[in-house]
Amino acid sequence: MAQPMVHAEGVRKHYGKLDVLKGIDLTVERGQVCCLLGPSGSGKSTFLRCINHLEKVDGGRLTVDGDLVGYRQAGTRLHELRESEVAERRREIGMVFQRFNLFPHMTALENVIEAPVRVNGVNKADARAEAQLLLDRVGLGDRAGHYPSQLSGGQQQRVAIARALAMKPKLMLFDEPTSALDPELVGDVLDVMRDLAADGMTMVVVTHEIGFAREVGDTAVFMDDGVVVEAGDPRTVLVDPEQERTKAFLSKVL
Amino acid sequence: MTASPASAPATRTEEAAVRADELTAVPVRHWSRWIAAALALLSLVGLVGSLAKNPNLHWDVVGHYLFADLIFDGLVTTLWLTAAAMAIGLALGTLVAVMRLSASPVLYALSSLFVWLFRGTPLLVQIIFWAYAAALYKHVMIGIPFTTITFVQLDTNSLLTPSIAALLALGLNEAAYASEIVRAGIQSVDPGQTEAAHSLGMKPALTMRRIVLPQAMRVIIPPMGNETINMLKTTAYVSVIAAHDLMSNIQDVYAQNYQVIPMLVVAALWYLALTTVLSVPQAWLERRYGRGTTRMAQVSPLRRMFVGVTDLLTTNRERKG
Repeated sequence: MAQPMVHAEGVRKHYGKLDVLKGIDLTVERGQVCCLLGPSGSGKSTFLRCINHLEKVDGGRLTVDGDLVGYRQAGTRLHELRESEVAERRREIGMVFQRFNLFPHMTALENVIEAPVRVNGVNKADARAEAQLLLDRVGLGDRAGHYPSQLSGGQQQRVAIARALAMKPKLMLFDEPTSALDPELVGDVLDVMRDLAADGMTMVVVTHEIGFAREVGDTAVFMDDGVVVEAGDPRTVLVDPEQERTKAFLSKVL
Repeated sequence: MTASPASAPATRTEEAAVRADELTAVPVRHWSRWIAAALALLSLVGLVGSLAKNPNLHWDVVGHYLFADLIFDGLVTTLWLTAAAMAIGLALGTLVAVMRLSASPVLYALSSLFVWLFRGTPLLVQIIFWAYAAALYKHVMIGIPFTTITFVQLDTNSLLTPSIAALLALGLNEAAYASEIVRAGIQSVDPGQTEAAHSLGMKPALTMRRIVLPQAMRVIIPPMGNETINMLKTTAYVSVIAAHDLMSNIQDVYAQNYQVIPMLVVAALWYLALTTVLSVPQAWLERRYGRGTTRMAQVSPLRRMFVGVTDLLTTNRERKG
């Protein structure tokens, strides 16, 4: 069997005395969509941010495509890598944030070409052509020259997805991508994500959209209080869960 | 006061009788502003008149020296000192600010020491110190410490001319202040911007240069504009070490002809003219770095002023009508 895209074994993290991740085991295979669900404070966003080393883990093994992201292993020790080495490894992991985090001083197109040009050294003309295709793909081809402040939340989030895709990632991380959007704008963003999943992109999605997780997810992972409570086929976990905690959560959000 | 039909009290039926499409709104009339403006204008004219007629002011001396070569030489020195000191201040200040925000305790401590020292002592003391630094170290050497090997040896006195001493004092002092302004600017940028850049594989230095600093500029430019205008006037201090700036040359003249007030008027007129000119690039820069933030920032300052004046004129016309 091929190497899993994301593999976590006993991943631990604490802020001072507060344990936020108490040994997470999780595997995401290539081409799969894994949805992380759970109440706020359950550690799902923290875990997602550990995958591309925006948060540091304190112990356990977390690999992307077989490589440790922020560390080099020497015996039983994980030596943290320098920021510039971590940056190398982050290039192939795209991330989409809850608050979009588009660069406000750049147009939509400039946002998309920034990393390919500055990090990968793609020439500007090629990057522009590529970016235009990506913006067309997320339905914003005619908004290329707009600044983020001139776009709606849903449009900004779709530009953010295009920006992440421009680096040709092998894995996409989504941190509550629709939580900051007006309800009527959620659909457009989910459509783009559905499209990506259908294209075979490996995705880890922290979300409160139970419907999306059921329909698009290959696995659903329910987390609470820093542990994985239940994981498996979303049509089971999110419809007829075994654990009481999962049932209690679903009864509140549905 | 003009009694228009609209201002007279009307009964409900009279009000209702007016057709809705005939009704137009009239802005509040600010009579007190006109009175205040007239009073202010009157006192200004009085003041200017009294100054113009005062024989002690010697306008002929002012006229004679306003465009004198010596004054122009001083102006050139003042201008390059201002530009060079601000360039040093901004470059070094940015470096110090980045060091101060660094995770490294060594860099933090060094930058804090720098700011503490140069912000904590009077500029006048620093200017005189650099001018007399030769009294502390006779020679400046570049070599290997604790050996007799030296590559370059320079005489401090010939190295630290009054101009260089002035530039060093102004530049280092400015760097301490600028670093705090730049630091505030950097800290005003949402940390999510850095995270987004990092998640795209951008390294810390690239993130700072391409993402954080351009956004910090919006916060940095207005106070740095102030600093530049301040610097232009602060260069007058270097007259204490005879650095041949505008103020030094003005003093040289009135030390000989005793025309203190007329010569100070010459200085004041030039400083005023230069600070006025300096506010133009500031407005332009604010617009440049305001891109993508506010809609008004997209409108040029001249255009904004023009719109303001035409608004005023049109409301005036309505008032008269």
